[in-house]
Amino acid sequence: MTPILSAKGLVKHYGRVTALDHCDFELYPGEVLAVIGDNGAGKSTLIKALSGAVIPDEGEIRLNGEPVRFATPHDARRAGIETVYQTLAMSPALSIADNMFMGREIRKPGFMGRVLRQLDHKEMERFAREKLNDLGLMTIQNINQPVETLSGGQRQGVAVARAAAFGSKVVILDEPTAALGVKESRRVLELIQDVRAKGIPIILISHNMPHVFEVADRVHVHRLGRRLCVIDPKNHSMSDAVAYMTGAKAPEEELNAV
Amino acid sequence: MTGESDYETSVRERRTETPAEFGSRRAGLMTRVQNTLHATPALVPLIVLIASIAIFGLLIGDRFFSPFSLTLVLQQVQIVGIVAAAQSLVILTAGIDLSVGAITVLSSVVMGQFAFRYGIPVPLALACGLGCGALCGAINGTLVAKMKLPPFIVTLGTWQVFLATNYLYSRNETIRAQDIQAEASLLQLFGAKFQIGGAVFTVGVVFMVVLVLGLAWILRSTAWGRHVYAVGDDAEAAQLSGVNADRTLIGVYTLAGLICGFAGWALIGRIGSVSPTSAYEANIESITAVVIGGISLFGGRGSILGTLFGALIVGVFSLGLRLMGADAQWTYFFIGVLIIAAVAVDQWIRKVSA
Ligand SMILES: Nc1ncnc2c1ncn2[C@@H]1O[C@H](COP(=O)(O)OP(=O)(O)O)[C@@H](O)[C@H]1O
Ligand SMILES: [Mg+2]
Repeated sequence: MTPILSAKGLVKHYGRVTALDHCDFELYPGEVLAVIGDNGAGKSTLIKALSGAVIPDEGEIRLNGEPVRFATPHDARRAGIETVYQTLAMSPALSIADNMFMGREIRKPGFMGRVLRQLDHKEMERFAREKLNDLGLMTIQNINQPVETLSGGQRQGVAVARAAAFGSKVVILDEPTAALGVKESRRVLELIQDVRAKGIPIILISHNMPHVFEVADRVHVHRLGRRLCVIDPKNHSMSDAVAYMTGAKAPEEELNAV
Repeated sequence: MTGESDYETSVRERRTETPAEFGSRRAGLMTRVQNTLHATPALVPLIVLIASIAIFGLLIGDRFFSPFSLTLVLQQVQIVGIVAAAQSLVILTAGIDLSVGAITVLSSVVMGQFAFRYGIPVPLALACGLGCGALCGAINGTLVAKMKLPPFIVTLGTWQVFLATNYLYSRNETIRAQDIQAEASLLQLFGAKFQIGGAVFTVGVVFMVVLVLGLAWILRSTAWGRHVYAVGDDAEAAQLSGVNADRTLIGVYTLAGLICGFAGWALIGRIGSVSPTSAYEANIESITAVVIGGISLFGGRGSILGTLFGALIVGVFSLGLRLMGADAQWTYFFIGVLIIAAVAVDQWIRKVSA
């Protein structure tokens, strides 16, 4: 089986820091791949390279076996790769609906939309409300509420809903439950299952081992800017995984689970 | 399982990136006022404008509170109003444009000199002047977006460059109003007056109002408008959300330059002649109008309607104090107070998110 999204030999330097050091990566159709690793291991940089937010110094990225070069996050989005960044990437002063449609706004039909480029606020609000309800995360009264008036958990919910709504090939989630409570985290995990049920593969970065072991088909262990190993959560314990990523223990077998 | 819980706490302790924060919400009258102002930022300058008209009306009476005087305010602020509309766009992106006055006067000089020195047909000379404004803006935008230089520094530099170009190119010559009227009256179009009752309007005044309403519509109802706010709010977040931040910035500065070109045209209508020494205060005056109008200097917040109200507030104070026979310095005194008050209010409104 060819991976839907793969990378070979990715290198990224930030000045003296090597965030990615000849990193390889594979995501297969329909799977949930968890990426775990210590803080500063380069997980966020890896998914930024895959989503066009960072241009790697070296290496190659393939989508469906074809080499791709994403110059901007917009390029990756157009290719169907939707990302929730760790920083959420939202405009605090703008509304929930504005944020969900940032960069892919819907215009009104007819003259007003085509010639005057008027936005269809009604349609965008309807869609946004529907997606937030789907997620069931929301206790939001007003879809035109600025994002900065939301709680951290609500913001994260909006960002996840945006990715789930628009991702058509790959959905990437960088620590999507970091600011969420127990109940809200559950909803995100259910949402991950929903997206997988649609046949869309997911990359999940998380520090929460129980979550990772619950939803992941495979676990990519990231250490010092590269992939250390890929493990099957069914054959490994959580403490094994933590030992690998912190360097307390070396993995016996590499890249065993496909 | 102890391994994991140890790990969890260690991760929590070492976490450096805070993706989102929890906010607590208090209800109460002040919070509600704060929220309303947060949602409708033009409200404060509108209230101040109405209050200042009412107060000067009471103090001075009919001499101030007449259609003639009130429309005189409009005429007196038209140039600053147009330039401030351009300035608003730039400040919404968290930038600043110190070169707006220089672009305005350079554009007017290009219009006049192209028509008079080279005998180019007036409509074409006008188009060249407007193009000159847009080009100046595009230079600012490219330096800000592509070279990643701070807007303050870029436009501090181009302000001098454009102004020097203006003096060098015009050879410090003024084109006289009578000559323009005789040979190229289209240059004075914005000065054309018409009356409705006792109220006197000029084409320039109508242009200013239509321009501000048009920009307000664009900012609210088009994707580009939303992108302007998003880039000003958090350029990196906007970029990650799929907005082309560089292109948006270059577009904003170019449009601002073009609007300054129109301000240059309006300037000829206002003063009658083409003078390389005019409009030199437009940069500070436009920033004043924007700030009093409640647009945040930190970008991403505010309404361009507020800018129009801000310009009018300044106009009302100047005329009102003049009619009262006060020293002109009092105008500066009160405008200074208003600027500081406006920024304080902005800070307070921004706390709604904290
Ligand atoms: N924009 C940046 N500029 C400079 N250094 C960076 C930047 N982004 C990440 N780094 C550095 O790269 C390394 C990997 O970071 P990151 O990918 O965020 O790790 P992780 O997500 O695994 O915690 C860290 O040392 C971090 O400090
Ligand atoms: Mg990270």
